Amino acid sequence: MDKRLERILPRVQKPARYTGGEYNQIIKDKQKVDLRVAFCFPDTYEIGMSNLGMSILYHTMNSLPYVWCERVFAPWGDMYEEMKKAELPLYALESGDSLDQFDVLAFSIGYEMAYTTVLDMIDQAGLPLRSAERTALLPLVFAGGSAAVNAEPMADFLDLFVIGEGEEMNNDLLALLHTAKTEGWDKPEFLRRAAQIGGVYVPSLYDIAYHPDGTVASITPRDGAPERVTKRIVVDLDSAPYPVNPVVPSTEVVHDRVNLELFRGCVRGCRFCQAGYIYRPIRAKKPETLVKQGIEALKNTGHEDVTLLSLSTSDYRPLPALCDGLLDYCESRSIGLSLPSLRADNFSMEIMEKLQKVRKSGLTFAVEGGSQRLRDAINKNVTEGDLLHTCAIAFAGGWNSVKLYYMLGLPTETDEDIVGIADMAGRILHCWRENAKNKNRGVKITVSTSCFIPKPHSPFQWEPQITREEYLRRVNLLRASINSRSVVYNWHDADTSVVEAVLSRGDRRLGPVLEEVWKNGGRLEAWSDYFRFDRWMNALDKFGLTAAFYAERERSVEEVLPWDMIDVGVRKAHLVKERERCYSSTLSPDCRHQCSACGALRLMEGGKCDG
Amino acid sequence: MDKLRLRFEKTGRAVWISHLDLMHTMQRAFSRAGYALKYSEGFNPHPQISIALPLSVGVGSYCELMDFRLNGDTALAALPARLTAVMPEGIRVTDCYEQVNKFALLKYLEIRGSFEYDERPAGEMAEELTRFFAQPEIVIEKKTKRGLGQSDIKPAIREIAFEAGEGEVLLHAVISAQEPTLNPALLPDALRQLKPALAPDFAKFTRIENYLENMQVFR
Ligand code: SF4
Repeated sequence: MDKRLERILPRVQKPARYTGGEYNQIIKDKQKVDLRVAFCFPDTYEIGMSNLGMSILYHTMNSLPYVWCERVFAPWGDMYEEMKKAELPLYALESGDSLDQFDVLAFSIGYEMAYTTVLDMIDQAGLPLRSAERTALLPLVFAGGSAAVNAEPMADFLDLFVIGEGEEMNNDLLALLHTAKTEGWDKPEFLRRAAQIGGVYVPSLYDIAYHPDGTVASITPRDGAPERVTKRIVVDLDSAPYPVNPVVPSTEVVHDRVNLELFRGCVRGCRFCQAGYIYRPIRAKKPETLVKQGIEALKNTGHEDVTLLSLSTSDYRPLPALCDGLLDYCESRSIGLSLPSLRADNFSMEIMEKLQKVRKSGLTFAVEGGSQRLRDAINKNVTEGDLLHTCAIAFAGGWNSVKLYYMLGLPTETDEDIVGIADMAGRILHCWRENAKNKNRGVKITVSTSCFIPKPHSPFQWEPQITREEYLRRVNLLRASINSRSVVYNWHDADTSVVEAVLSRGDRRLGPVLEEVWKNGGRLEAWSDYFRFDRWMNALDKFGLTAAFYAERERSVEEVLPWDMIDVGVRKAHLVKERERCYSSTLSPDCRHQCSACGALRLMEGGKCDG
Repeated sequence: MDKLRLRFEKTGRAVWISHLDLMHTMQRAFSRAGYALKYSEGFNPHPQISIALPLSVGVGSYCELMDFRLNGDTALAALPARLTAVMPEGIRVTDCYEQVNKFALLKYLEIRGSFEYDERPAGEMAEELTRFFAQPEIVIEKKTKRGLGQSDIKPAIREIAFEAGEGEVLLHAVISAQEPTLNPALLPDALRQLKPALAPDFAKFTRIENYLENMQVFR
């Protein structure tokens, strides 16, 4: 172990997250590999090690014999300061080698608030921030993850982006880089050829022109780069790689458990939900595959919990069979099975009873809108009747805590809708009084609100965000409407939402803003400990930009959007149609009832959408 | 099977695993190796494992002891290798047997340590350290539950010797493990308080062996 590191570790919180050496880490002989990949997660170890995507890609990249892929996480503030003081550069956990010994820095970016951390990690690796200033072929610095669907604010800093699912794409890219390294290509040649790989977006091959008002005038590809980069997907999830021997952290992380992914995509089409659109088409895994992989992973890790992941667990058709198969194994071993993202409408008694045998957690419902009209407008197909029905079953079954999540600022929202949130909480309280077996324990109903953020590639991508002041007014209205001690109201402040709205629909002109925020100490800004709103506003100001331009402005449907070169499958015309249906509060059928030909199917090449 | 004891090493990168995390790591390792730890009864069942004298984070050991119970019978001889195969780097199980002594009887710990000096000559330091720790009493300020207190650490040091190495002074000592407990970190602390010129730039420790009051190896 590096002497500098050894001296720092006794002084920092939770040092085990900085040492590596966990069970199932992948160690290779660095003399015998040709490409050393630093897989960088721009957040803490605890978050990154809980991420299934990271775990999958760690294993797929390492499946290439000429690659050794190691993990890198962002140090928490105390460690960061100590590393600066000791002049200890950022290093990878497996080998402990500093990042200057790597051929590739691959970032997984799941959310916009991680952007400045990415910059910081590039800097900690001792590299110039901008792609144009890194003239050599190696190290290649690229990124993927869901934030890549509009990567424009980060366009100057990364050599390329991988759009979509990385299982196959990353390895295609590494194979090309392997050839490039062996044959001695220069960086421009490599980037030109990489742009021909499906799903690879090389921002430097696209010229962006702006109108005087700051909107995008045109996007022009060069050197044979495709006009639109189409998202890559894995067609058959049953045969897709799944790590049954993931790294087992030796210290507590956010989710210490086996993660099983039931399906990708979502049949629902909630209009505010980016995930519901960018992960289409819908592809499910067979329950047999999941049971087998789950048991194997439990055996190999010794975890005491297994979780079923998806955007909407209850939409997994063979859910009962899957639960039975897993519970067979779990129950006798005191292994907990949890199902987040259950929906209120088809939350079945049977499944709840099954889970109850093992472990009982609180009930959580994402209701989003306070009235049926608003829920219809956003296509959130949950009725209050369903919700109350589910709660009645749950209360009768002994549950006594319910969490309800809402967004304020959704398109078409009125004050009536907001008061409706309080009314609904009141009716749930009433439902508890009528159904609870044991009233002595009391009930806790938690209402949480966050400020709606319009996201690219969703039907609301043209919508304005409400201002911070307006959000606060709505919060206060709701606060005043809640008048029971059993109902607790938590609201997230809108500061982060404003910045997120700016970045998620931002363009390349935000590059210097990100750099400025980073220079002024911005990193790990997904954490309220480190987020500073003023730093962002000052940086925007410095470059003559405003948050309002990106966040609060309604965009016309004709406007060229900064992310128009990215094709996630769903057609723009479909998004336009969905947005119009919002204004008439018209529900669209979910994919189970009727395929609305969203466009995602063309990514499948003869496959079948499991809608 | 009841009253089993595991002896294991915790060295290298594993020294940074905290006591609580180690308990959890052990639990998972048993499960990976296919052993069923016996759980306590009651509302919140937990595996019945207990580790003698929890190590401070950063301190290594060749002589950790953990008591546990298993459901069913198993061949104890095979257990160390099976467990070691599923451990994180740095944890090696070296023995497993039925408990002999009660943890309360563990009296002395043999430790080795390294005091690193970046700018001072190790030879000189070794001599001075020997002299310092030969004093009849070494009274330091110590944080206790009731605030700062005075305490003589000398009676807790049964044997101590220093030897010059490369940029470091190697320490070899036998210290009291219980009643009183001497945390090895107090050795450099004493220097910092009483003779800063001898305080090392960095110090680290490793446990070597556990002893009974009569200096027989504790099992
Ligand atoms: S192709 Fe049809 S079924 Fe599949 S996601 Fe799109 S709308 Fe739904």
